[in-house]
Amino acid sequence: MNLLGEIREAIKGFYSLAVGMGVTGKYFFRPEVTVHYPRKTVDNVSTYSGHVELQPGKKNPDGADCIVCGTCVRNCPSGCLTLEVLELMEENPDLEKKPKKIKKLKALIYDYSYCSLCGQCIENCPVTALGFSQHVYWAEFDRKAIKMDLVARLKDQLNAKKEAM
Amino acid sequence: MTTETLCGDFYTHCFQAEQDKEHEGRLIINMGPQHPSTHGVLRVIVEMEGEYISRAEPVIGYLHRMHEKMGEIKTYHQYMPNMGRVDYLHALAWNWAYIGAVEKLCQIEVPRRAEFIRVITCEMNRICSHLVWWGAYLLDLGAFTPIMYSFDDREQAVDLLQMITGSRLTYCYYRFGGVRTDINDAFIAGTRDFCKLMKSRLPMYKDLVTDNYILRKRCEEIGVLPLEMARRYGATGPVLRGSGQKYDVRRAEPYSVYPELDFEIPAFPEGDAMARYRVRVAEMEQSVRIIEQSLNMLPQGDFMAPKSPKRIKPPKGDVYFAVEGARGKIGVYIISDGSSTPYRLKLRSPSYSNLSLFAELAKGTLLADAVSILGSLDLVIPEIDR
Repeated sequence: MNLLGEIREAIKGFYSLAVGMGVTGKYFFRPEVTVHYPRKTVDNVSTYSGHVELQPGKKNPDGADCIVCGTCVRNCPSGCLTLEVLELMEENPDLEKKPKKIKKLKALIYDYSYCSLCGQCIENCPVTALGFSQHVYWAEFDRKAIKMDLVARLKDQLNAKKEAM
Repeated sequence: MTTETLCGDFYTHCFQAEQDKEHEGRLIINMGPQHPSTHGVLRVIVEMEGEYISRAEPVIGYLHRMHEKMGEIKTYHQYMPNMGRVDYLHALAWNWAYIGAVEKLCQIEVPRRAEFIRVITCEMNRICSHLVWWGAYLLDLGAFTPIMYSFDDREQAVDLLQMITGSRLTYCYYRFGGVRTDINDAFIAGTRDFCKLMKSRLPMYKDLVTDNYILRKRCEEIGVLPLEMARRYGATGPVLRGSGQKYDVRRAEPYSVYPELDFEIPAFPEGDAMARYRVRVAEMEQSVRIIEQSLNMLPQGDFMAPKSPKRIKPPKGDVYFAVEGARGKIGVYIISDGSSTPYRLKLRSPSYSNLSLFAELAKGTLLADAVSILGSLDLVIPEIDR
């Protein structure tokens, strides 16, 4: 009886093994589902939200629409954005009136190593000057290298676009 | 307290102190903190008597990130990204628990379309979570192939979620009064295809794994958890349902549009690792059902309440809101003192209660079975430590 049981168990085991191998065999002849990364890349990067970046402005095509209100800096949970403001006096002021101060964006320092990509800065921006980039394949050896000035980045992008045209 | 008792760790206090005649000849080994089968930095001190475990004590705290304390410092909006990082596998359930609690506190109305979008995405995420568990558990038991299939399927779901949330793992998608982006036709069509795919894959999983003789030997009658004990430890989710109790927050404390949806709560009375396995596989089936129904019932309208506040300053008071996560009951308790940050924020994580079972379950089992038991509890370590 004991021997019979053992044999029955062995047959059961072999049967389930055969079923499993059958499944594996069937899937062996299916087309590949992976891509070989450096040679090929996946095609759905456009829906990915990469790091935060300044968008080319609608009113100001050579730069960003940023009005230097600092909402993004205040709303950021991890404090990864820093504004550097350039304060200018208004040009051609009326002699009777006091010249007005104009705030201009000098630099927007963004530390990607702290960012959690929650999108609070983007949602709260009153002029939608910020957006997610599609910069996915980004790796650096140094942590300092992923801290960058978004204004300079936007300028480089626009210049590159101009040269391409 | 003398300095002697202050020095040392859990091992020094609880294991070294008892190294007397009675415990002589017993081997004490560390399973973790860097052990592949603990799926993170969980340390289990195991006292072995030959091949059998006479005592197993989980030591936690290696991944503590002070999420609760951070909640007291950050504003209600700023705390949102934290919720995706508590439980990385079912991030949207934690999103929902926190958002839901604040919505209840401030009495923010959520549009019907947003509720359905939440149900769809949350259930998608639940399938992703169960698929990862399914692959990783079988990997623990020594089967390598299944994780390849499960990640193939998970990839489809994650791609769909990426389409609308923008991220692939640590989602921060729900907002107070709705969701961040509306779902589009491509997502709806893709989700229908994914549901079809899952329906064809689940029978394959059954053939490949569930009916496999070797798996059954490793799961059946291993780590039998009586219902009374599960209740005593406050176990929830598939662990409790694997002991036969049909308890699901979606039915017990209904929230959102779940009362309108038709789904079953799978429960198996055996209480062993196989029962917990079956519950999770059956839950994937039910989640597919829920997604299909929600897609059919999806109304037109806003995905975000038009009057959703930009800054939240809730009234004084406290609120508790619970949702059903992939691992069990996720609860968020907020005490508000009327300021823009919570006075206290308490997170109830299911993995913590489920882990506390382990010491009792593993007693007297083989070491190899303890791995199976630990896997069947489906622990996510960041959730235990918060």
